[in-house]
Amino acid sequence: MKTTPLAAARLVAMRDLRLAFRKPSQVIQPLMFFMIVATLFPLTLTPEMSRLRDAAPGVLWIGALLSSLLALEFLFRDDAVDGTLEQFALSGQSLTWMLFAKTCTHWMLTGLPLALSAPIAAAALGVSVGAMVGVVASLALGSFAMSLVGAIGAGLTLGARRGGVLLSLLTLPLAVPILIFGARATQLAITGGDIAPPMYLLGAIAVLGVTLAPLAAAAAVRIGLE
Amino acid sequence: MATWTWFHRLASPPHVYAFARRWTPWFGGFAALAMGAALYGGLVLAPEDYQQKDAFRMVYVHAPTAWLSLMIYTTMAVAAAVGLIWRMKVAHAAAAACAPVGAWFTVAALGTGMLWGKPMWGAYWVWDPRLTAELVLLFLYFGYMGLRAGIEDPVKADKASAVLAVVGVINVPIIKFSVEWWNSLHQTATVMQMGKPKMDFDMLWPLLLMFLAFALYFVAVLLIRLRAELLRRERNASWVREVLA
Repeated sequence: MKTTPLAAARLVAMRDLRLAFRKPSQVIQPLMFFMIVATLFPLTLTPEMSRLRDAAPGVLWIGALLSSLLALEFLFRDDAVDGTLEQFALSGQSLTWMLFAKTCTHWMLTGLPLALSAPIAAAALGVSVGAMVGVVASLALGSFAMSLVGAIGAGLTLGARRGGVLLSLLTLPLAVPILIFGARATQLAITGGDIAPPMYLLGAIAVLGVTLAPLAAAAAVRIGLE
Repeated sequence: MATWTWFHRLASPPHVYAFARRWTPWFGGFAALAMGAALYGGLVLAPEDYQQKDAFRMVYVHAPTAWLSLMIYTTMAVAAAVGLIWRMKVAHAAAAACAPVGAWFTVAALGTGMLWGKPMWGAYWVWDPRLTAELVLLFLYFGYMGLRAGIEDPVKADKASAVLAVVGVINVPIIKFSVEWWNSLHQTATVMQMGKPKMDFDMLWPLLLMFLAFALYFVAVLLIRLRAELLRRERNASWVREVLA
């Protein structure tokens, strides 16, 4: 009996979750990095809360972007080095589905915890408690879109030397729309506006990413494995 | 099928090399002629703008370079897709030849935009949506060239950069839209709105001719770069020895 693509994807996701729980540092370190970046801004800009509140969307989003770029480097790298990805490609299962599962799990382990812990950083930047739902929602949706776009870059840089810098160089221009809409949603949440329009646009990017990014990532990983 | 022979010939490096060598002087020659005529038309014959005076003449370099910077990215993505789908080495070589030319056109568009911005906006750089989108386009070119340079194996580099070019071209309209949306929210009063005024025919024809001239120039440079690229890639093939003998 042949395993269905969805069942294969579920198995991949379970494996990645299990690995992450056994080695929690890969989940905790990007979060710590995010918190440190958020701390650096008051030190360089101003300790004044009212001015920090204006800068908060930028601080949160740039911190989230850099942290997710750091984490993306390890999305495929370890599995490529020890041959797991090659086994995936040879398994006869849909590589697209398996990489999609890997990307979703990666977001659950990096993007989602980051969004959930963002209120701590946001509160330190003078954001009021009422805005936190919007802050968390925009960062959660935006980091999901970011993981999908980043999966393409992570796949493409598998065959490259100095993959880390290159990954940022490839991914950052592609992430500009996510950054614009995401930061706008966070800003509207902080100022008490209606966050629906930028959230819809962010959702549209995420949907486009779900449909196209796993295909491109699978093509990229195949090239890297050749 | 006989009608497809031209397409199959495109896959043969010696054929494309000979074609490029034959046609480069023609494209280059007509580019020079058209550029000369357009410069005369734009700098001498066209009347000065009632508002911008002579500064508007920057449009004759700025608009064609900006237009080509985007067109070359599209050309590169199409060549890359052809290379991926039909596994055509020549198409990958053409995509590789496009990237530096496109990046330079983007730099030229940004540079002339800054020179134009100083008298018009009072500053070399403003966060105008078109300038910002052009800057992101330059970063896309950098990413493409960086990936190409970062992968040692030429076949892998071709394929990986081709995937990136195709992903990038899907993203270009989204970036364009997001940047415009972003800017309309943060529009400052200092930015002069550049509407689309009806252009006088005396001003318009040199512009259109300049578009043509730059496009011809691009093709000529592309053919030269393509020849160099083919020689480098096929350096062990026997046809290279014959051609260079």
